[in-house]
Amino acid sequence: MPAAGPERLLRQAREVGAEELGRFCARISALLQAEDWGPDTLDALRRLFLIVAATKYSRRLDPTCVVLLQTALCSPRCPERLQLLCAAVLREMAPSDNLSLSCDHAQSSRQLGLVASVLLAQGDPQQVRTVGQCVIKVLESRQPEVPSLTYLLPVVSKVASLAPDAFPEEQTKALSKRLGDWLRYASIQQGAAHASGGFFSAPRTRQPGPVTEVDGTVATDFFTVLSTGQRFTEDQRLNVQAFSMLRAWLLQGGPAHPGAMDSDDRSELEGSTVSVLSAASTASHLLPPAEWLREKALEYCQRLLEQSGRRALRKADSGLQKACLVEAVLVLDVLCRQDPSFLYRALPCLRALRTRLCGDPACVRALLPIAQFFLHHGEAAAVDADAVCQHLFTRIPSEHFHSPMLAFEFVQFCRDHLLLFGSNLDLLRTSFPSLFKFLAWSSPALTSEFVALLPALVDAGTAVEMLHLLLDLPSLTAALDLQLRLSQAASERPLWDVSVRAPGCLEALRDPQAQGLFQHLLRAKASGTTERLTLLHQLLQPLASCARVVQCAQAVPTLLRAFFAAVTKFADGALASQLALLLLERSDSLFQVEGYEADVHRVLSSQFPALCKLHPSMVVERAKELLEFVSSPGGPRSTGHMLTSVVWAIGEYLSVSWDRRCTAEQINRFFEALEALLFEVAQSRPSTTLPRCPPQVITVLMTTVAKLASRSQDLIPRVSLLLSKMRTLAQSPAAGPVHGEDDLGAICTRATELLNLLKMPSVAQFVLTPSVEVSQPRYHRDRNTALPLALALVSRLLEREAGFLPRVDFCGGCCCLNDPSANPDCRPGGGGHYAASWPQVGSVRPLTGGAGGPTGVRTTHRWMLGA
Amino acid sequence: MVHAFLIHTLRAAKAEEGLCRVLYSCFFGAENSPNDSQPHSAERDRLLRKEQILAVARQVESMYQLQQQACGRHAVDLQPQSSDDPVALHEAPCGAFRLAPGDPFQEPRTVMWLGVLSIGFALVLDTHENLLLAESTLRLLARLLLDHLRLLVPGANLLLRADYIEGILTRFLPHGQLLFLNDQFVQGLEKEFSAAWSH
Repeated sequence: MPAAGPERLLRQAREVGAEELGRFCARISALLQAEDWGPDTLDALRRLFLIVAATKYSRRLDPTCVVLLQTALCSPRCPERLQLLCAAVLREMAPSDNLSLSCDHAQSSRQLGLVASVLLAQGDPQQVRTVGQCVIKVLESRQPEVPSLTYLLPVVSKVASLAPDAFPEEQTKALSKRLGDWLRYASIQQGAAHASGGFFSAPRTRQPGPVTEVDGTVATDFFTVLSTGQRFTEDQRLNVQAFSMLRAWLLQGGPAHPGAMDSDDRSELEGSTVSVLSAASTASHLLPPAEWLREKALEYCQRLLEQSGRRALRKADSGLQKACLVEAVLVLDVLCRQDPSFLYRALPCLRALRTRLCGDPACVRALLPIAQFFLHHGEAAAVDADAVCQHLFTRIPSEHFHSPMLAFEFVQFCRDHLLLFGSNLDLLRTSFPSLFKFLAWSSPALTSEFVALLPALVDAGTAVEMLHLLLDLPSLTAALDLQLRLSQAASERPLWDVSVRAPGCLEALRDPQAQGLFQHLLRAKASGTTERLTLLHQLLQPLASCARVVQCAQAVPTLLRAFFAAVTKFADGALASQLALLLLERSDSLFQVEGYEADVHRVLSSQFPALCKLHPSMVVERAKELLEFVSSPGGPRSTGHMLTSVVWAIGEYLSVSWDRRCTAEQINRFFEALEALLFEVAQSRPSTTLPRCPPQVITVLMTTVAKLASRSQDLIPRVSLLLSKMRTLAQSPAAGPVHGEDDLGAICTRATELLNLLKMPSVAQFVLTPSVEVSQPRYHRDRNTALPLALALVSRLLEREAGFLPRVDFCGGCCCLNDPSANPDCRPGGGGHYAASWPQVGSVRPLTGGAGGPTGVRTTHRWMLGA
Repeated sequence: MVHAFLIHTLRAAKAEEGLCRVLYSCFFGAENSPNDSQPHSAERDRLLRKEQILAVARQVESMYQLQQQACGRHAVDLQPQSSDDPVALHEAPCGAFRLAPGDPFQEPRTVMWLGVLSIGFALVLDTHENLLLAESTLRLLARLLLDHLRLLVPGANLLLRADYIEGILTRFLPHGQLLFLNDQFVQGLEKEFSAAWSH
């Protein structure tokens, strides 16, 4: 097996030292000098190639050896294998400064091809043009017996792709003319059995019969890549190459001079009357080259479409038929874009093709270029575009989600044609449940594609449903897996993981309610409604350990981030509040895949503050739901991420300054709920079901109740009592085992800070409920503005009053509470601050990040302490 | 148009020992860097190309591993039962993914890969290449290489058979041009290749 062997050889090759290499080169030089083309040279050159290729660092070869390699490459006597090795060594060394090779040295078109491969590998644009000129000259020479232009045509194609300006217009025209000839007028007789010469040198003395179609019948029309025979002639080989490079050539030739040169030429030839239909065969030999090529290309593609409908005798040929179908449609698309008059000839074929292919699951991949064609030709093909898009978006993903290649092409297609969809964009958007099937099944290859696609897919109408489905993506994977198990008999190579058995799932699906949910999850189009899938999650649980489901679950956080990045750009208040509530609702109803809940909570908790920031009134408007969330036991608290975000948002936005409707009564209700929660989490003992509550939750709860008290000052006595209890609790030895020493210290510090702050209610209000102006950097830079003064005052007062206390080093009203990006000074080293209202404690890492999220940076206001 | 072709080792799982090794690679014409005014040393350019190839190989390997895991195929299944077993190439896992511009190539590219036992074959393509053709070409190249190099026979080694790889590539993927070759055409070219290599 190629495991240990290559490893050893590669190491040996890398370890060859300069001296050893020098001796080896000398040996090779001697062999090449002596024109010894035997097995020794073959072996030596193979080794030399490995030595050069095995390392990413350049190898210095003896200059004599390099020269001799180039000589051998162009020697008429050196056998092909050795020349290939010489070329490979030279190419591996590229880019190389001391190459004396030039196209003029080549003795034959085959050698010219090899020389070109070395020169093109140098990466020098000027070199590319020189090679292009040299090759095109040989092609233009038009000597009837120039051997095998087939070695050169691919070079032209490569040069044109590397340097689109390599060929002047005259040369492009000449080559276009010849490409048209090769496409349309290749011999329809098979090549003759080779005599003494090369395999493909076809003496015209004996004709072994006509070429056949792929189904074995005698060819009815001109030769194409789908025509077969025992042997092929040179012009048939050129035909194959001409078609292979056709699309790229048309694209490169077309857009540079969009119709300009053609229209001049055409007016000369045909006057101003350009009849769409009569442009066909009669006058076609008079057409200017570019147009001539397009004409021949159209005929060729039409013939290919006809040939691709035949029943191939060989399996490999039926694969080629599909590839040809795709290429023919793509070429027709290019032709019609370059010259819309072709449209009326191409449309009927493509309509017929669409009808034929929509019913043929084997040709499903050819539907994508057909759809592309219809989309490109707007009004003329609008009806067809709608029909094919409808078919594509709704049926194909549901039926073919398990084909990785189709999935990739399909998503690429959507991504590339977003601007062209027009009215079909809405169709695409509402078909997201279908598209997500591809994603759910092949998440590793498609995640980045969907990250790019999501901004176009999501709109206000589908955002809520899409978020639900994104969160349910791993269960969709499981459901698709189950669907495959249900529908396919056990084939030799099933697409699912056979080691995971799910007999219970199949059984349970008989239940009508489960069946309904199953169908809902597998819907093809957005339905506007969403259902709680808890029952289905339980049912699919045995599949949660499938690698595919786990892979999908790992992709979801990335997708969620992309989703929110897109949504927050356009969401209005109503949508933001709807999504925020959805986060709360879904945080405890996720499919149970290992690590999934924690990952998702991390993302959701960072998005919740961002959504609140978009619509701060939400906290007042949706007080009921938020109260329910903080009062509900268990679930959402498992990691504390969500709870922390929600409690922070309450402290931040439950204030008359954000919404006039906020009442003291509402503040009281929240206070009571949070008070109860604080006691609960502070006193709870860790158990297997309920993990230890992170100290961040406790500190953020304390800060939030203090913020509420600063707004509704009747609460101050109760909050003070609560805080001192917390301090006592943190200092009591019983708390030790529950929280670590650092954590307890942090809780104690926070409680003390807040207690002291609340002793001066007006200052507390100023610090804990800052006005919006405080976000301006001026408030933090300028000593004489109100905030620094106020803080300095508080600091001094507190230090005097309680000398034993830890330093109160925060700027509670810093803008970072609202927007960390607003105040660049609030960074470590940039003057620094400590956001008292955010529960960043001691060594505990930041809980959240992202836009609008409280980042909690702990540093000190040096200016304040120094005061 | 194909920009590069590579053959590399594939490990069934990340945990397996060793590294992903590129066994053969070939650029069909190099990527220019016209926007970069800094004069490059030839050495740096070459290093960059090698790193690009390695980046593709690693990504292919991890795509392969993920796909195999997802289908529930584990390391044990991947070893051939015996060296005489014909490899079912049409069943060999394959896939495609996109490389974003700048990572690792300047232009966006599509990678088409095929995993046969412990060897990976990959084409680096233009983004709008005909993927059906690319896939069949990749399978054809893999089949030819496996047949002619007898890669699955223990001891056979493609590292010291570069002339075979070059000979196959010049005929079936000349200068990176994907060709529409029907079955009989392939047979003709293959016979021609065998004839040239037999003596």
